Amino acid sequence: MKKILTVSALAWGLCLSADDWTRFRGSQGTGISSEVNLPVELDAEKHKAWSVDLPGRGLSSPIIIGDKLFLTASSGPNQNKLHVLCFDASSGAKHWERTVRATGRTMCHEKTCVAAPTPASDGKRIFALYSSNDLVAYDLDGRLQWFRGLTQDYPNASNSLGMSSSPIIIGDVLVVQIENDAESFSAGIHTGTGKNLWKIARPKAANWTSPMVYKDPNSGQELAILQSSKGATAVDPQTGKILWDYAEGASTIPSGAIQGDTLYLVSNGITAVKPKENQATPETLWQANRIRPGTASPIALGDYLYAANNAGVVTCANLHNGERVWQLRLDGPFSASPVQSGAYLYFVNESGTVQVVDTNAPEGAIAGEMKLEETILSTPSIGHSALYLRSDKKLHKIAKSFLF
Amino acid sequence: MMTRLIQTPKYLALTFLFIAQLSQAGDLDEAIARITSVGTEGLNNEAASRGYAELVQSGEEAIVPILSAMKSASPVAANWLRAAVEAIVDNTLAHDGSLPTANIGDFLLDTRQSPQARRLAFELIAQTDPNAASALVAGFLNDPATELKYDAVEQLLDQGLALKEADKAQAASIVFRQALNAARDVTQVQSLATHLRELGRTVDLPTHFGFLMDWNVIGPFDNTDREGFQAIFSPETDGFKATASYAGKEGDVQWQTHSTKDDFGMLDMNEPYGMLKEVTGFAYTTFESSEARSAQIRLGCKNAWKIWLNGDFVFGRDEYHRGMRVDQYTLPIELKKGTNGILVKVCQNEQTQDWTKEWCFQLRICDETGAAILSTDRKTRKPDGVASL
Repeated sequence: MKKILTVSALAWGLCLSADDWTRFRGSQGTGISSEVNLPVELDAEKHKAWSVDLPGRGLSSPIIIGDKLFLTASSGPNQNKLHVLCFDASSGAKHWERTVRATGRTMCHEKTCVAAPTPASDGKRIFALYSSNDLVAYDLDGRLQWFRGLTQDYPNASNSLGMSSSPIIIGDVLVVQIENDAESFSAGIHTGTGKNLWKIARPKAANWTSPMVYKDPNSGQELAILQSSKGATAVDPQTGKILWDYAEGASTIPSGAIQGDTLYLVSNGITAVKPKENQATPETLWQANRIRPGTASPIALGDYLYAANNAGVVTCANLHNGERVWQLRLDGPFSASPVQSGAYLYFVNESGTVQVVDTNAPEGAIAGEMKLEETILSTPSIGHSALYLRSDKKLHKIAKSFLF
Repeated sequence: MMTRLIQTPKYLALTFLFIAQLSQAGDLDEAIARITSVGTEGLNNEAASRGYAELVQSGEEAIVPILSAMKSASPVAANWLRAAVEAIVDNTLAHDGSLPTANIGDFLLDTRQSPQARRLAFELIAQTDPNAASALVAGFLNDPATELKYDAVEQLLDQGLALKEADKAQAASIVFRQALNAARDVTQVQSLATHLRELGRTVDLPTHFGFLMDWNVIGPFDNTDREGFQAIFSPETDGFKATASYAGKEGDVQWQTHSTKDDFGMLDMNEPYGMLKEVTGFAYTTFESSEARSAQIRLGCKNAWKIWLNGDFVFGRDEYHRGMRVDQYTLPIELKKGTNGILVKVCQNEQTQDWTKEWCFQLRICDETGAAILSTDRKTRKPDGVASL
């Protein structure tokens, strides 16, 4: 059975392309893209290819599968109407919209909303999770595949401030991290049936980080890395078995970064760790407690790690030893995590100002800026030579040329 | 005569149509049953998926039967059914078909149906005929479906505001009052109460919502290291005994009366005990019900809490200082005729930040639409117009 599922998962995987952006912070979950053709010296008039109005509210990022964009939103007096919207990436025309009613609690802090987690896709299906722990799967044409109400199943799993962890997909397993003060768990859910493959208890503490996919250099297996206030735990996505555990504590807001076989955890500043074969604890390579990521997650690019603190200061650190290389003050604060195109990092502050940082400049430099003057808390997405920005009310496509 | 009729092509066609309709109805029922069989943790998802595909193939005539099925469906199954309706509508409109709007309208106006399904019916009508939908809104003011009532209240709120801005204070206050009497949404109620008070009118929000204002409290008991939530203290086993005395955190403790005048029924446990940390308190009150009936306890609380009704545990939640609002938690209950005892355990933790000082809760009894159910011995109190949340 497992072999059949794995073959099936590979077949699904073939549906994805390098241009796709399939989950929070891209298909690798790192914020790194293969695009090199994004506009740098930004001009809203010149580079805004299209904008579309969105229903209700949303902090989730759009994901991109082929020529389609998928996005979630929540609307209604108590934000209990949960939307998945599908747009044409070229024109912004809406292909379809589907809704479900929240079956879990929708209470959130006013800064966030029920549509906070970013959906994930295996190339054939969209999996949308909401703060209310409602989880819905559609195919790319909007046909329902299955629906789960995780708070119906686990009634105390909720956070009165809101939840925001975005799911990941490894093979045919959707991994969700539902962590809060009252009833915390992580589950591996079969992408085809929506049923639990496993469910493990997690620390009883509020946590807004998203799981990461890490390819173990020793086994070659892709693992789910679950970060929490206790640290980071590597889990076998097929069984839920804990393979190793880093127990030195970690942030509950920004998620970590990954490059190659090293994990850069937001723990005591930044801690670089690498698992050792058959060891219950990973090896700590270095620790840099002066790098303090704020809400935005750090990004690893080339030989450097970049992290924005709550004051809007971006620190560039050597990826191999954690030593600070330069700092650059941007106009913050940032809720959105940075994304990369070529040598440039795109930072979007909460007022909707996009700042493009040239990482090749000796001390870092702002190479472009664009003020959208809208509240933007969601991380941008990149695909088809365009940057997609989601504000509270609109979805914008930013590109060099409108002629596609 | 009959033999001749049976042999006519027209009769045969009608017979086939009748049999086909019967068959289709049977198929629809089976497809719906496959969906309504979904259970916890994805139980029967595969069958529901087949049922969904069959329903979507059924076409627009299946919309009303599917909407009707939402009445007895679980919240999870109702979303499967909703998805089928949305897919059918998209398919129908994409092929230049038309929706059975009149039938959907009849369904919408049937107040016995599922409120969520009726809201969906209203949205389908709004999608294809916005003018018709707009004309219906005012009629939903006293509808049992809060999802429909909301729009009607919003419409009156706007009308009242227009009158207020035109210095027609008396007319505005009548319109605001009519809207308030119908309103269930907390934000709308707050807004209407504010406008009425600005116009010099009194508003009794505790009665409007059905907040329980008069309690007996006992404490403090221990909650060091947040152990109090799981610990079992004497009031949990003994219930309310007016003259009982127990060992508390710092000496013996006894029950005492404690009431609130807050607009939103907030019972502040700091008032009788002071600003304490790492403590557990209990509050007890009674509710006189004129009949045995289904109802809801709706609670707002930013401390860890547990609730018992007539000695039976209802629900509990071990979360501190993550926010609080009216109707934060909805707990279905069965009231018995006569006296019902409600016991609330409320725990305060060790945090010292300003925003962690509150040790309080607000509790009301209502029906499933949010309409207050009042205890038959509820005290009449003078509305004081103090608003807070």
